Amino acid sequence: MRGRLSPWTVGDRLEERELPPVDRMALVRYAGASGDFNPIHIVDEEAKRTGLPGIIQHGMLTMAQMGTLVSPYLANGFVEHFQTRFVGMLFLGERLTIGGEVTAVEAHADDQTITFDLHARTHEGRQIAKGTLRFRWLGA
Amino acid sequence: MGTRSPTVRNTVERGAVRRFAEAIGDRNALYLDEQVAAQSRWGRLIAPPTFPRVFDFGKLPNVPLPPSGIIHGDQSYTYTRPLFVGEDVDCHTLFKETYERKGSGGTLRFLVFERVADDAEGNRVLTTRDVYILTEKVAAEVGR
Repeated sequence: MRGRLSPWTVGDRLEERELPPVDRMALVRYAGASGDFNPIHIVDEEAKRTGLPGIIQHGMLTMAQMGTLVSPYLANGFVEHFQTRFVGMLFLGERLTIGGEVTAVEAHADDQTITFDLHARTHEGRQIAKGTLRFRWLGA
Repeated sequence: MGTRSPTVRNTVERGAVRRFAEAIGDRNALYLDEQVAAQSRWGRLIAPPTFPRVFDFGKLPNVPLPPSGIIHGDQSYTYTRPLFVGEDVDCHTLFKETYERKGSGGTLRFLVFERVADDAEGNRVLTTRDVYILTEKVAAEVGR
């Protein structure tokens, strides 16, 4: 059964990644791909009308980017639970840094559940989103 | 609460998955490459965990929402397995609860929705929890 065990132990870190600066075309592309055309993510005047200094990235795009941290392991299992709290706004030109850490490894009869704490901050350290992700590790 | 939307059938479309994967910057072969996916434990292409953003989960009758000014506070996805490209899922939305909390800038109103997706065999694949926040000003525009 050892071959089924995941390589993860509590305290292991996912390699931190710095994403390219937020640009309008990326937000338009996500709007089109997701169907979320809320104008505060696309049109400056609409963002300003709601009191924002400018357009902001979709929270759900930030969540999706955080989710890519476990993407390399989707051949080994699946995302059983992924929760994200949106705590800050991300503006044009800002760069997101995403990363995470294993907080629990739970063994079952035939597989394992790995729990990660995930974060998304600007490169200046401002919190944008915090997540918890449970990955069901089925085997190699 | 307990308001429930009608059921809407959604298809996990291959082109939609490809566009979504590209938009989130994740060109995982399991999302995009049929041959790689066929040899994986899943045997076919899968969708990214946050892909259901594209689904129509049905409109709730009688839940007043402002056209703008809604803050997305929290989101969760709970799966029993990945979504497979090409499959149909039956989706609906439930209005779970609403409550107020006093914040420094006034009273905030929270709205909590649950969205679900069931596969062709009737098994639940996905349950979401979506939390939206209305500021006092925005909530007043909607009325009660």
